[in-house]
Amino acid sequence: MIKVEGLTKRYARNIAVNDVSFEVEKGQIVGFLGPNGAGKTTTMRVLTCFMPPSSGTATVAGFDVLKQPHEVKKRIGYLPETPPLYPEMEVGEYLTFVGKLKGVPSSELKRRVDEVSERCSVSDVRKKLISKLSKGYRQRVGLAQAIIHNPDVLILDEPTSGLDPKQIIETRELIKNLAGSHTIILSTHILPEVEQVCEKVIIISKGRVVAKDSVENLTNRLRGAEAVAVEVEARDGQPLTAPEVQQRLEQIPGVSRVVFKTERDRRLQFEVESLQGRSIRADLARTVVESGWNLNELRAVGLSLEEIFLQLTATEAAAGGGQQ
Amino acid sequence: MRNILVVFAKEIKSYYSSPIAWLLLTMFAAIFGFFFWNAVGYFVSVGLQSQMMGSGFPMDMNEMIIRPLLMNVSVVGLFLIPMITMRLFAEEKRSGTMELLLTSPVRDIEVILGKWLAAVTLYASMLALTALNFSFLFMHGSPDWKPMLVGYLGLLLQAGGLLAVGTFISTTTKNQIVAGGATFGVCLLLWVLEWVAGYETAAWAKVLAYMSVVSHFEPFSKGVLDSKDVVFYASLIFLGLFLTARSLESLRWRA
Ligand SMILES: Nc1ncnc2c1ncn2[C@@H]1O[C@H](COP(=O)(O)OP(=O)(O)OP(=O)(O)O)[C@@H](O)[C@H]1O
Ligand SMILES: [Mg+2]
Repeated sequence: MIKVEGLTKRYARNIAVNDVSFEVEKGQIVGFLGPNGAGKTTTMRVLTCFMPPSSGTATVAGFDVLKQPHEVKKRIGYLPETPPLYPEMEVGEYLTFVGKLKGVPSSELKRRVDEVSERCSVSDVRKKLISKLSKGYRQRVGLAQAIIHNPDVLILDEPTSGLDPKQIIETRELIKNLAGSHTIILSTHILPEVEQVCEKVIIISKGRVVAKDSVENLTNRLRGAEAVAVEVEARDGQPLTAPEVQQRLEQIPGVSRVVFKTERDRRLQFEVESLQGRSIRADLARTVVESGWNLNELRAVGLSLEEIFLQLTATEAAAGGGQQ
Repeated sequence: MRNILVVFAKEIKSYYSSPIAWLLLTMFAAIFGFFFWNAVGYFVSVGLQSQMMGSGFPMDMNEMIIRPLLMNVSVVGLFLIPMITMRLFAEEKRSGTMELLLTSPVRDIEVILGKWLAAVTLYASMLALTALNFSFLFMHGSPDWKPMLVGYLGLLLQAGGLLAVGTFISTTTKNQIVAGGATFGVCLLLWVLEWVAGYETAAWAKVLAYMSVVSHFEPFSKGVLDSKDVVFYASLIFLGLFLTARSLESLRWRA
């Protein structure tokens, strides 16, 4: 449904998106994940024909964004980062306007407006001026305008930002329900959102794709690596500092990262991650004991998508730094 | 075509739901009313004088009231036009709704025409106020309505050109005030250009004078429809709208 090949977008001073390629199948929900400034919004703006790519191609439903933008636009519903609202309009009036703009036939317009208002729970504010709406309601109206013409493809830039927890859950449900009949790309910083809503994730960092896979595969991919929670205590009340322990643990072969968590009653808690395919628990235990400390706890913890995300984007950052 | 109407209706609605339109109409009504009753007062006093002196030379309402008033409207328009166009694109750029317009299956030219026509309509509704005043003349005299009609056509054409230029300027910034200020500067410049013709007769002065919008209006105010003036205004309209289209295009590339 969506095919992006070698997409690059240069601004005057920097490259926002660099040689990005991915594909999205019909009916899929894909999460676009990346830290601030990664290039998520830029990629979406190219896909929606808001701006042309500097090089590379992007097609939506078989239509090229450069050569047939009109056809692409007809098939896309887009919720930009800031919802594109007219404060002087009433909600219902606004949705009607967008419907007309998107080419919804007059005979269906009223029904569509009713339907999307219902779906995005804005029916009770239909008569309210948009300037008088709260941030969350604006976001919902933004979502409603994106689906008003029942588009094949939905592009949602941070659709849950600014919503309350209940609304976040409802919006995610709504997005999940829209999948199947719609192909959806959504961008987010929130990892649980991707885990809950998306089938596939594309992780992007500094304008490059660093990983693209199904959510399951991506979690599995680093399953070989393990994360271990360790609690260390000094024997006989001797002083013991976190940096000292951290340094010792980092020297163990196979350890990729040691994170100091907390100190409670002079007991230090760490989380230790291994390199892929390395088992470190035995070495960990031995090191702690040989150093003359008490080992209070040693427990395997799963590596969450969040940690994978950090690992991927961190290594990419290191690689990027090396090149400069 | 339908898209032009959709954009047009939206613009008209937002003009009249903001204070801008009402402020413009009120200001214009006050200014024009002042000019009008001044002109009528003058006309009446001159009329009385000529009667007392017994010289019954015919008093021409068209020549003495309507023509100078139309000239005044033409100049007052230069000051009001920036206020009409300044928000057209600048506001959309500032609030992010440009992203909605440019990603909808609507051609740029349809958006531009919709907005420009809305601006012209607002200007036309200001002209309608002048017609209200002029109807007073028809109640008390019998001025010739044909030259008046030509005058109104001229006003619309002139405003159309300047509004198109203002629309273009509005695409170049996110800031309404900047757009308004720049448009005002351009309007002023296009007005004073004719002054060079007063002291200079070289070819360059003629070219500059030719570009003056107000001097092209003079024949209209007398009821003379000259194709070269129509062509001038039509070119100005085309140029303004063309630049607007180019500007939107380049906006995408730079965005
Ligand atoms: N109009 C612009 N002109 C110049 N540079 C820009 C422009 N818009 C974005 N950039 C740059 O392009 C890069 C990618 O920006 P983009 O907005 O796509 O990031 P993002 O992934 O959406 O970030 P966020 O999570 O903060 O929304 C950034 O370095 C940004 O500074
Ligand atoms: Mg963004």
